[in-house]
Amino acid sequence: MNFKHLLAAGAAVAFSASVAQAGTLDDVKAKGYIDCGVTTGLAGFASPDDQGNWAGFDVDFCRAMAAAVLGDASKVKYTPTTGKTRFTALASGEVDVLARNTTWTFSRDTDLGFEFVGVNYYDGQGFMVKKDLGVKSALELDGASVCIQTGTTTELNLADYFRANNMSFTPIVIEDNAEARQNYESGACDVYTTDRSGLAATRVVLSDPDAHVVLPEIVSKEPLGPLVRHGDNQWGDIARWTLNALITAEELGVTQGNIGEMASSNNPEIRRLVGAEGDLGAMIGLDAEWAMRAVAAGGNYSEIYERNIGPNTPLQLARGVNALWTQGGILYSPPFR
Amino acid sequence: MAVEAENANFSLSSLWYDKRNRAIVLQIITVSIFVWFVYQIVNNAVTNMENQGLNPGFGFMSQIAGFNPTSPEFNLTSFDVNSSTHGDVFVLGIVNTLLISFVGVILATIVGFVVGVLRLSNNLLIKLLATTYIEVMRNIPLLLHIFIWYFGVVLFLPQLMGALPEGGRGVTGINFLGLDMIFMSNRGINFPSPVLEAGWQVILIAFIAAIAGIVFLSKWAKKRQDETGQIFPVLWASLGLIIGLPILAYFIAGQPVSWDIPQATRFNLKGGASMPGHMMGLLMALVVYTGAFIAENVRSGIQSVSHGQTEAAFALGIRPNVTMRKIIIPQAMRVIIPPMTSQYLNLTKNSSLAVAIGYPDLVNIFTGVSLNQTGNAVEIIALTMLVYLTISLTISIFMNWYNKRVALVER
Repeated sequence: MNFKHLLAAGAAVAFSASVAQAGTLDDVKAKGYIDCGVTTGLAGFASPDDQGNWAGFDVDFCRAMAAAVLGDASKVKYTPTTGKTRFTALASGEVDVLARNTTWTFSRDTDLGFEFVGVNYYDGQGFMVKKDLGVKSALELDGASVCIQTGTTTELNLADYFRANNMSFTPIVIEDNAEARQNYESGACDVYTTDRSGLAATRVVLSDPDAHVVLPEIVSKEPLGPLVRHGDNQWGDIARWTLNALITAEELGVTQGNIGEMASSNNPEIRRLVGAEGDLGAMIGLDAEWAMRAVAAGGNYSEIYERNIGPNTPLQLARGVNALWTQGGILYSPPFR
Repeated sequence: MAVEAENANFSLSSLWYDKRNRAIVLQIITVSIFVWFVYQIVNNAVTNMENQGLNPGFGFMSQIAGFNPTSPEFNLTSFDVNSSTHGDVFVLGIVNTLLISFVGVILATIVGFVVGVLRLSNNLLIKLLATTYIEVMRNIPLLLHIFIWYFGVVLFLPQLMGALPEGGRGVTGINFLGLDMIFMSNRGINFPSPVLEAGWQVILIAFIAAIAGIVFLSKWAKKRQDETGQIFPVLWASLGLIIGLPILAYFIAGQPVSWDIPQATRFNLKGGASMPGHMMGLLMALVVYTGAFIAENVRSGIQSVSHGQTEAAFALGIRPNVTMRKIIIPQAMRVIIPPMTSQYLNLTKNSSLAVAIGYPDLVNIFTGVSLNQTGNAVEIIALTMLVYLTISLTISIFMNWYNKRVALVER
């Protein structure tokens, strides 16, 4: 009997990625940590410090999920993925959730078999050039050499933009951000193109950030967000509502500092959010205080933003369209009800 | 009785205890396990793809790719971003892989032969240099070679464009001979490309005629040497033919070929053709690395030829370099060829490391970008494997044929 079990287990491990597909929540609880796919290193979004601890905007989402599901924000295993390996890593079950500034597109959502749980950063593709070129607009870039990271929507947007404006370019297609930077700095390409948040993150680590300028054109819509595999709706719901909890917390003024006292709040939505009223947690297979832990882990959306990529960080990204809908942005969470 | 006993023995136990039966049974079991294993893998892939809502098939090959894998100056298949499909990406990838492999194999062979012979030199300094080259180069992983050559050498060449005082940009790369025709920079080498005009076929015909002439000439020279012992300088005459005839035809036909010369624009050189920087880096790495292995093959081949052959040649008054060319190397070839084949195969397969520095080979643009855009992982990987398998088997077949030709004919 035991031997049979062993055989069955062996066969399951060897032959089925599908086992990992259903019941991700149970899998995660059983192994005790969330496997989170992040970038190989993008300042402000996800990068390890000199002690190997990951920090950043995307990392804080993973931490919030771990706090919601497992009650401990540190129970995350970070798996660095390149633009090319990220989808295979998620599809094969190597990671449970991918928080790697990934653009939500039609074909990724449908054909590739993933489920985007929301948008945590509204971005757009831009261009960075050296100041001494005297380029003022992307429309002047006809004939330029352009550094691109492979395996991204950037490649397609770039080709579309140059086609639409009847310009030609020489692509230098590079595997990751660090190598692209090397090529750009040595002058092997005139232009570096990626999402504007990525450009800002890359610019601050160049040897002389002030010698480079990000051009005004935004050539695409890049709604970046976390994603999970198709087919496990419960796990998708947990990811989606963890993100929404962070946004709602900002909207309701719930912060890392004051969330402890919020259980005694008079506002019914806050009470539902922190689990003092209703039973929202049980509907997604978690306990009542899941959202409270998620916010307590790294603060609400605003706190996470300001700490990692906001105006007071080296990246200096203003909130812009990423402000709450009540403050002129388009960030909007469905109600907790 | 005896027959009955035999029949009785042919029960289940004889399947195991009879040596011949046992061999067959074991083979059947092995094959069944293998078939079962393959079936499980294929079935697993198909089932899981269905579960994930992926539909396998090759329809994606005719979809417009929508990305630009290469520059206008390095575009061997006329890839056009407006209309080319993933199928065209596939073709471009194959062509680029074949190009780097072909050039790499030829250069690595030359490097290998030169260094291999030098390693056996009587001059201590030359011998030491060759030995150092071999031992250092073949003991560094290839990926490091690629990084060193690209990030450490190619990217440190002069920049192509530099700011001019009045805010414009001028060419600052190496301008060969000051001709404004061939430029070298950390973006690669740009050179003029021929534009064929009406009547260019004459040159092609002249070229073919030159080759035919060379074949005829070498046969005639051999015959004459057999009869009279006089040596005709075939090499120089052939070079003269193959260069001279087409040039002659070019002028006779009224110069039907014009040249597209690279012109400096605001960002780049436009026009002509180019060998991009990543190709330079990859080629150098592959040649230097594989050349070291080939050099060792050549050395072992030469040492396998009995020293008596050299002594006999010297006794006949044949000079050392002719001895090497006409007596030692031909006999060494049959030892050199088999390991050389595997080096050629290695070089071809290793060229897939191009992805590290962005050379647009098959693995980079098709298995990399197309896979990422379409998500048809299984089909794309299978196609890529098929291509490498075909290239490798072709090289193998050719080298085996050549090996048979140079092998010792036993009587």
